[in-house]
Amino acid sequence: MTLLDVENLWVKFPTRQGVFDAVRGVSFTLGRERLGIVGESGSGKSMTGRAILRLIRPPGIVEADHIRLGDRNLLDLSERDMRAVRGQQISMVMQDPKFSLNPVMSIGEQLIEAYRLANKSGRKEARQASLEALESVSIRDPGRVMAAYPHEMSGGMGQRIMIAMMLIPSPQILIADEPTSALDVSVQRQVLSIMDDLVTSRGMGLIFISHDLNLVADFCDRVLIMYAGRVVEVCRADRLHEAQHPYTRGLLNSLPRLNEPREKLEVLRRDPAWSTAPSVSGRA
Amino acid sequence: MSMLSVENLNVWFGSGRSRVDAVQGATFDVAKGESFGLVGESGSGKSTILKAITGLAPQWDGSITVDGRPLTQKRVKSFYKLVQMVFQDPYASLHPRHSVDGVLGETLHLHGFRDIDTRVTKLLDDVGLGQKFRFRYPHQLSGGQRQRVAIARALAAEPRILLLDEPTSALDVSVQAEILNLLTDLRAEHGLTYVMVSHDLAVVGHMCERLAVMKDSRIVEVMDVAALRAQKAEHPYSQELLRNSIGA
Repeated sequence: MTLLDVENLWVKFPTRQGVFDAVRGVSFTLGRERLGIVGESGSGKSMTGRAILRLIRPPGIVEADHIRLGDRNLLDLSERDMRAVRGQQISMVMQDPKFSLNPVMSIGEQLIEAYRLANKSGRKEARQASLEALESVSIRDPGRVMAAYPHEMSGGMGQRIMIAMMLIPSPQILIADEPTSALDVSVQRQVLSIMDDLVTSRGMGLIFISHDLNLVADFCDRVLIMYAGRVVEVCRADRLHEAQHPYTRGLLNSLPRLNEPREKLEVLRRDPAWSTAPSVSGRA
Repeated sequence: MSMLSVENLNVWFGSGRSRVDAVQGATFDVAKGESFGLVGESGSGKSTILKAITGLAPQWDGSITVDGRPLTQKRVKSFYKLVQMVFQDPYASLHPRHSVDGVLGETLHLHGFRDIDTRVTKLLDDVGLGQKFRFRYPHQLSGGQRQRVAIARALAAEPRILLLDEPTSALDVSVQAEILNLLTDLRAEHGLTYVMVSHDLAVVGHMCERLAVMKDSRIVEVMDVAALRAQKAEHPYSQELLRNSIGA
């Protein structure tokens, strides 16, 4: 079943040197699956995630044939209707919890606020739901965490709190933009498995944006590889290591590997043709 | 002969009740021309060891010996001719209003070199940047190019030891490969000794001959890379770290 259908998405920024296209003609569908978007910095992967939620601020321009969520085209919605989509139907987890949580509100208050915006309820019920949400992301001492402020939390805790908050309104789609890049490997694994459990048990669609090829190969079902604003290759995540496009091959080969020692790492040679070739469709 | 020898090093920050012991009882030796890795999660004290060696963490005891000479609390000028450091974030470690020429020229001047012009030219060639970058400012450079400038600045003093604090973790994998190759070449050309901090076991496995695994401010295990590749860690924490490194 298709949750989200994006057709011919462009993100443009007018500059003094002319219009810069950050995303160029990207199309894909998202079902109840984990869809990875990988690419280097500047490849347009984060812009794609933000454009879906219409979070690109002017003068940036978002154009697409359609961004369909259910039977509605998100591009036709008013800003007011769009606010009801954000959080309620599509949630987003950003890279660094330090910048996503309000530093002067206790975590409990922020969770309660999120719950009450989604459900018409009293404080007591909201508090109970918030405690449960924290428990669902494996926070052992939810009572203490509710009373704490964001600066008292570690990075891993902060990111789990963000995930708890994003899942309170039970959205259909979660967009995670580099959710574990700021975390240590051991914590990274924990956060990913929590996210995985929640997404699978609720039958949500997940867009997982990352620069880490190994992580995406391990964690996602399907992967879009982006280069210079275009999708250059689409493949099954477990087949990522057999990818064909020279850019994907180049990225994979430039990684050092513990089991294959070599003198020198391979350096990626960029072919200008990659950035002009039309975008590959990511429709399932 | 060991180029750098650290024995029973303790580093702490603050005092009294707010004292934090960042490194406790660290001991390791790095041979001349060797590349030694320090791995562990954030907060385990791996960067603090580098800071203590360069003198950026003033509160330490134990002994640090560089090229046969024990270090005192105060670093002498000749120490910086021997040891230089490259930092993690190339966006933060270069002055935004100094050109590449200014950064390298000033460093050379401080180290008492006379032939600054020819040396700047040579440094830029050494790190693969070339002359066209000489009068650029940091905002006109990409992340990888900035890290090359930071490496050139460290090389300006003609040091024997480079301390590398996560030199590629802020960079894309393709750029990481370029910088790691550059560091490999420079080590061979200049006979440098490296101490490299990284959270990425694959990077350390590629660059280093031996490594120390740190947890909670202590070194729990020192092993060679062959053991790392064979996944033969002895300490339970190192085993866990190996399991968690995806693609390892």
